Amino acid sequence: MLFHSILFYVFAAIMFGAALGVVFSRNPVHAVMFLVLTFFNAAVLWLMAEAEFLAIVLVLVYVGAVMVLFLFVVMMLDVDVEAAQRGLTRFAPLGIGIALIMVVELIQVIWLRSQISQTSSGFAATPEGYSNTKALGSVLYTEHVYAFEIAAVILLLAIVAAITLTMRKRPGLKVQDISAQVAVRAKDRVRIVKMDAEKKS
Amino acid sequence: MIGLQHYLVVSAMLFVLSLAGIVVNRRNLILLLMCIELMLLAVNFNFIAFSRYLGDETGQVFVFFILTVAAAEAAIGLAILVVLFRNRRSIAVQELNTLKG
Repeated sequence: MLFHSILFYVFAAIMFGAALGVVFSRNPVHAVMFLVLTFFNAAVLWLMAEAEFLAIVLVLVYVGAVMVLFLFVVMMLDVDVEAAQRGLTRFAPLGIGIALIMVVELIQVIWLRSQISQTSSGFAATPEGYSNTKALGSVLYTEHVYAFEIAAVILLLAIVAAITLTMRKRPGLKVQDISAQVAVRAKDRVRIVKMDAEKKS
Repeated sequence: MIGLQHYLVVSAMLFVLSLAGIVVNRRNLILLLMCIELMLLAVNFNFIAFSRYLGDETGQVFVFFILTVAAAEAAIGLAILVVLFRNRRSIAVQELNTLKG
């Protein structure tokens, strides 16, 4: 159990350091990379809490898709890094003040209350042959199936919204206008002229 | 022995750090979105720790849905960011004052 504790502290420390890197790094690309490191370490901590399925989902969905999306956008936008960092020191005292207040409050809630109740004795052991993925699936597809379907609709909404927002009409692009093609009449295009036949001279 | 309160403390540290990041990085919208992702990660830590502590999988189902909604939020937020940058050539939050009355 000591080895388990050491692993927890090491990965939590790496995660906190990477999160510090996200907040205070000057380059947005470095910030995204630090965020990837944060998510990897969070996935390890979730594995240690025996939430195996969600740990894998975090790596696959977050690191594999969302962070790559962030990276694309960061590289696509030509952001002036120096101008973006000019206001960093002006708001730092306010940010640190708010953070300290919240630290005191959360320590009061978590640490002092845990001295009263029995939360510091570690997690109870899972039963023999317990499969996290199987248990999660059996709950997800029975009790929470409506929420699951709503989640699918939300993802569809995200696709439609993202495409609608970023698609733009480029001027000078040659495309067919189908309704104009269908609505055309023959008299608009062809003019029949009555004239006498040409005579041989 | 690693228990519930260790996870709660890690989550609280992450949440406070990302909150400070939102206050500090007020000039860069991308970093604000990343700090929001960090906040959601801290919230997910709480759900997973309590799910493990109580032996109830519903907390993990909730984390699943939070991940879904966060992915949708990131996609739409980044799309808005791209449109904003295309129109204004800047993503500084202070310059978004057109709606001011």
